[in-house]
Amino acid sequence: MIERTPILDIVTQLILLLGLVIALVPLWLVVVAASLNLQEVNTSPLPLLPGSHLIENLVSVWQRGDLGWKLFNSMLVATLVAAGKVFIAALTAFAIVFFRWPLRMLAFWAIFVTLMLPLEVRIVPTYAVAANALGPLQTILEVTGLARLWQLATGVELALEWNLLNSYTGLVLPLVATATGTFLYRQYFLTIPDELVEAARMDGAGPLRFFRDILLPLSRTNMAALATIMFLYAWNQYLWPLLVTTDRANYGTAVMQLRQLIPSMFSEPEWNIAMAGTLIVMAPPLLVVMLMQRWFVRGLVATEK
Amino acid sequence: MDKRAWFRNTPLALALAAPQLLLVLLFFYWPSGAALYWAFTLEQPWGGGNVFVGLENFRTIFGDPLYWNSVGRSVVFALASTLLAMTLGMLLALAVDRRLKGHAGFRWALIWPYAIAAPAAGLAFRFLLSPEAGMIAYLNHSFPGLWNPIVNGWQAMLLIILAYSWKYVAYNFLFLLAGLQSIPKSVIEAAAMDGARPLRRMWDLQLPLLTPTIFFLLVVNLTDSFVDSFGIVDLTTEGGPNKATELLVYKIYFDGFKGLDYSGAAAQSIILMILVIALTFIQFRFVERRIHYS
Repeated sequence: MIERTPILDIVTQLILLLGLVIALVPLWLVVVAASLNLQEVNTSPLPLLPGSHLIENLVSVWQRGDLGWKLFNSMLVATLVAAGKVFIAALTAFAIVFFRWPLRMLAFWAIFVTLMLPLEVRIVPTYAVAANALGPLQTILEVTGLARLWQLATGVELALEWNLLNSYTGLVLPLVATATGTFLYRQYFLTIPDELVEAARMDGAGPLRFFRDILLPLSRTNMAALATIMFLYAWNQYLWPLLVTTDRANYGTAVMQLRQLIPSMFSEPEWNIAMAGTLIVMAPPLLVVMLMQRWFVRGLVATEK
Repeated sequence: MDKRAWFRNTPLALALAAPQLLLVLLFFYWPSGAALYWAFTLEQPWGGGNVFVGLENFRTIFGDPLYWNSVGRSVVFALASTLLAMTLGMLLALAVDRRLKGHAGFRWALIWPYAIAAPAAGLAFRFLLSPEAGMIAYLNHSFPGLWNPIVNGWQAMLLIILAYSWKYVAYNFLFLLAGLQSIPKSVIEAAAMDGARPLRRMWDLQLPLLTPTIFFLLVVNLTDSFVDSFGIVDLTTEGGPNKATELLVYKIYFDGFKGLDYSGAAAQSIILMILVIALTFIQFRFVERRIHYS
């Protein structure tokens, strides 16, 4: 379609440039600030070109914030969340779409409803569960009287405890317990032709074989998209890791560490160090979006709609 | 949704679904139930468990001016950031969708801010808009005290709105562009044949066809402004000055974990849950009746 719209084209380009400025200037200024020395970073307005202290500041914040270890923690947690989600959601969707069993629809809705309430709005009671993941079972046993029965039978008081605070399990599991992904797989599995299932069965493939050799290879694109989006989601978590880890030295994540970089009122405002830290913490997800944008966009559009 | 061909093996199906069901029960249903329990009970000051107090906790909250302050601030934050992020995202999506030279590059880079963690964006904006350093502090040399989000509540609010919207412009842009590109070319071309110029087509064709996406985004933006704002507030204003930026989730966190008022925090969580569920419900109702144009 060929149309001559010179004025509108100029306006369009201007809007795009403005958008680009809004999107990229803050990122650029973080890089600039991270490359200045203490005195330069506290002049206003900031210079628009980087200084010569970038490496020095990065090294300094890396050591001060123990970022090597924190980045490792973030990487581990984000990878576990992504892998766990990709795997568990596939299993569930498989069970819901390709099997008939009682309460199947109830299970589907029970999982689907969790989309409604993000972790943040039920943060206080979820924390209580993490403090003792067997607490719910204990309560159930007490209420039903089974705990008393146990005490009478064995003479030992029943006290189940499984503390998830300050553990990778605690950082990971609550983030995996959502419906994101299950729904994505379900929608996809529903489009798989019945003939494929019939053919597989005729060839003597059982359900697990069908899942492993046919369904999973077919779902590769979905898995990549889901993994990308869950990785970013987990990497960028802040409130949950803040609560569940009191032992910050060992289990703190990179994003949590940003809090330590805010210049205090009573010392020199080392914004160059703070921005160097920001740069390091935001680099991995930024790289994912820059290099794997196709998967990221696909995952985002597919999981949220 | 039923398939014609399926497997008949109930134990296996249960085993496959079990991990997720267990996780959901443990980390979703139990905590939600616990929130209800706490919201309607109160812990005894000298131990001895919780006693049922009915709506007492809710009465306390609704009678607390600090709570209403937090509600008001959250509403201002939600509406302003949603409006800002939606308008900009829409403008950019329409512009990229015109597919002028270089649009692929713009599309690529305009999404970047969404990758940044909210706390990182918060810290960056705290510096860039700080009253002593950064980008606009020099205004304070000429007009002392003009900009200081550390003492001025509304400026602090503006600061968190800007930091938050910055991230969500990218998010809205991405979805709106996907929506625009799913409109069949033939529809646009037919309108062009009828003599509709680009602006007319945007207004009369693309925007109306985009209503489902817009509506979806409105709901997500509002919900996320309650949920995803914690990191930004905690890294920029910490709820201050004088509680001017104490949004709902931030207040729940403070009452629950710093004030150790579990019942009060749980009651506030319940109210927030109802709000989020209502928003989601509206969205589902709308999505069901959404326009199909493929």
